[in-house]
Amino acid sequence: MLGDEAIALGALHAGLSGVYAYPGTPSTEITEFIQGSPLAKERKVRSRWCTNEKTAMEAALGMSYMGKRALVCMKHVGLNVCADPFVNSGMTGVNGGVIVLVADDPSMHSSQDEQDSRFYGKFAMIPTFEPSNQQEAYNMMEAAFEYSEQQNLPVLMRVTTRMAHSRAVVEVKSEARQQNELNYKAIAANWVLLPANARKRNDAVTAQQKQLEEDAVNSIYNIYCDGQDKSMGIIASGIGYNYVNECFPKGSPYPVLKISQYPLPKKLVRRLLDECKKVLIVEEGQPFIEDIVRGVSESQNIMGKLDGTLPRTGELNPDIVKKAFGIESDQCFDSCADVTPRPPALCMGCGHRDVYTALNEVLREYDNPRVFGDIGCYTLGFLPPFRAIHSCVDMGASITMAKGAADAGQWPAVAIIGDSTFTHSGMTGLLDAINENANITVIISDNLTTGMTGGQDSAGTNKFEAICRGLGLSDEHLKVVVPIPKNMPEITQIIRDEINYKGTSVIIPRRECMQTLQRHLKQKKEAK
Amino acid sequence: MKTDIILCGVGGQGILSIATIIGEAAMNENLYIKQAEVHGMSQRGGDVQSNLRISSDPIASDLIARGGADVIISMEPMEALRYLPFLSKEGWIITSSTPFKNIPNYPDMDVINADLAKLPHVITLNIEQMAKDNGVPRSANVILLGAAQKALGIEYEKLEDAIRRVFGRKGEAIVEANIKALAIGKANS
Repeated sequence: MLGDEAIALGALHAGLSGVYAYPGTPSTEITEFIQGSPLAKERKVRSRWCTNEKTAMEAALGMSYMGKRALVCMKHVGLNVCADPFVNSGMTGVNGGVIVLVADDPSMHSSQDEQDSRFYGKFAMIPTFEPSNQQEAYNMMEAAFEYSEQQNLPVLMRVTTRMAHSRAVVEVKSEARQQNELNYKAIAANWVLLPANARKRNDAVTAQQKQLEEDAVNSIYNIYCDGQDKSMGIIASGIGYNYVNECFPKGSPYPVLKISQYPLPKKLVRRLLDECKKVLIVEEGQPFIEDIVRGVSESQNIMGKLDGTLPRTGELNPDIVKKAFGIESDQCFDSCADVTPRPPALCMGCGHRDVYTALNEVLREYDNPRVFGDIGCYTLGFLPPFRAIHSCVDMGASITMAKGAADAGQWPAVAIIGDSTFTHSGMTGLLDAINENANITVIISDNLTTGMTGGQDSAGTNKFEAICRGLGLSDEHLKVVVPIPKNMPEITQIIRDEINYKGTSVIIPRRECMQTLQRHLKQKKEAK
Repeated sequence: MKTDIILCGVGGQGILSIATIIGEAAMNENLYIKQAEVHGMSQRGGDVQSNLRISSDPIASDLIARGGADVIISMEPMEALRYLPFLSKEGWIITSSTPFKNIPNYPDMDVINADLAKLPHVITLNIEQMAKDNGVPRSANVILLGAAQKALGIEYEKLEDAIRRVFGRKGEAIVEANIKALAIGKANS
């Protein structure tokens, strides 16, 4: 099964009561697996998609408060969105076990940055687990829930793309642990983070760090595997550990310290440093372990991403790690010069295409128009043939950036945002704009789904007009259109009118995503 | 045994169902399997690939190293060439001959065919046409799998059994169509 599926099943078998998540590559399949699981159905495991990662994290804390086990899933940038409840969950602690599963995306296969979530774990003083393979991921879910309840802290589980989206055979338990019963053991003083209470908790959690590190030293997931050749030692974490093993099919000649549980077990690291002449650190993501191990020393005996032995950016692969060990790669063919790139593109027939066609046609009439884009399939509108957007930063930034640009005097300032992204993080920005009647035109391109991640339910479907009205937008400047070529004259006229209107307006082009449409047609056919 | 396979094509061409059949056959033989997939953005008409590794010994890396792949199975001829540095010097390419032109600068097919012809072990099949001609229009990818059987080092009957298990739920007609497609591919390898 897929790494994501192993995680999901591990959670279910560990007595999960609720999963809370917003779709994000490469974490989406965890929640999807639980949504489709008969065991989850039988146990009434709560699994509907959340509006965003912050609502997800907070709801999970609420479930934990009542004593039950909860899982929160997101991609790495989602952790920024829920940073507030995540960091403060370290302060409150938990009652029922909480695992915050974050899938990092080194090499940015489907993301806007390469941030490494382990830094968040350290920052929030929350223990962090990092499995190396699918079996370990499955096993760790139960262990992490147990540990969370034992330490009264949430556990951050960090995986990366190659873990999440890689399949392997996983042996699973035949029986699932019972779910926790509702209980009233949560102590209000711990959960009311008034300064007087929070100071006490801060002292307690800080003091607890020593224990967490000792647990990491003794963890069955942090393995010190001795080797004959002490000219070098290896520290490997997560997926990096697999590439090290790939280099040495008959076993490493050097001592290897595998790290899969943090805080970093410094005692084990010191042993390796003492016994070996030099140490190579192989970790997927940013040089998190390496930074700690190096400290301020300029030692030539520590190698990794900071001295260039391994590349500083991008994900690791077997060839990169082989090179670090000075092992020759196999003889291979040169890459073929005639192969041209094939970038992803909006699907044929996609409504976003018609929106961009109309928008481009209208904006040609203006000097220096600026279009602030957002996160989703429609980000592909940056590429030819549309070349239609000028920014894409984070979920919801289209509306707020357009407002800031308008504040600076820009006109036309257009925001384009998808339906799911709008409810995730666009609504609050729209309220800001409406409150000042900012001179912006917001296009909520509604395809009735969360398209980029494969068509998950979108939280605001059928509610967008009501949401905009509720935020104070007048009906006069709230327009709904159907983006098909036939309607082009109507759509372009509406866009033109709303750009010319000196104030905030919202246009909602609405047509179902081609991917979900095809799926729905197929389901209908099969039902017949 | 150990076979490293790269499956490739364009998003939406159905490379993962080939992987599912091979994986099912391997799992039934109690072999170790690792299969890295691409999800997310590039599935929208971009180039997609999957690294599938099967072995009688435990497998460490999810990814195949350069020069390590025994077989490239491609639903598209230019995509087969994209992963050339990963193919072993003695490796096989089994590819569809039909280009998928969703980019304006797709190279001339003569150039692509000439590049393929330079390689020692290539099987090129017009699987779409063959599938249509033989009344199995939706099983073109399984024709490709049939053509790759020998290079994969998995017994033919094991792949047949795997097809029965994978497609069983969808009814006998679909199972038979895919078994027929497998045989057509095998006959043309």
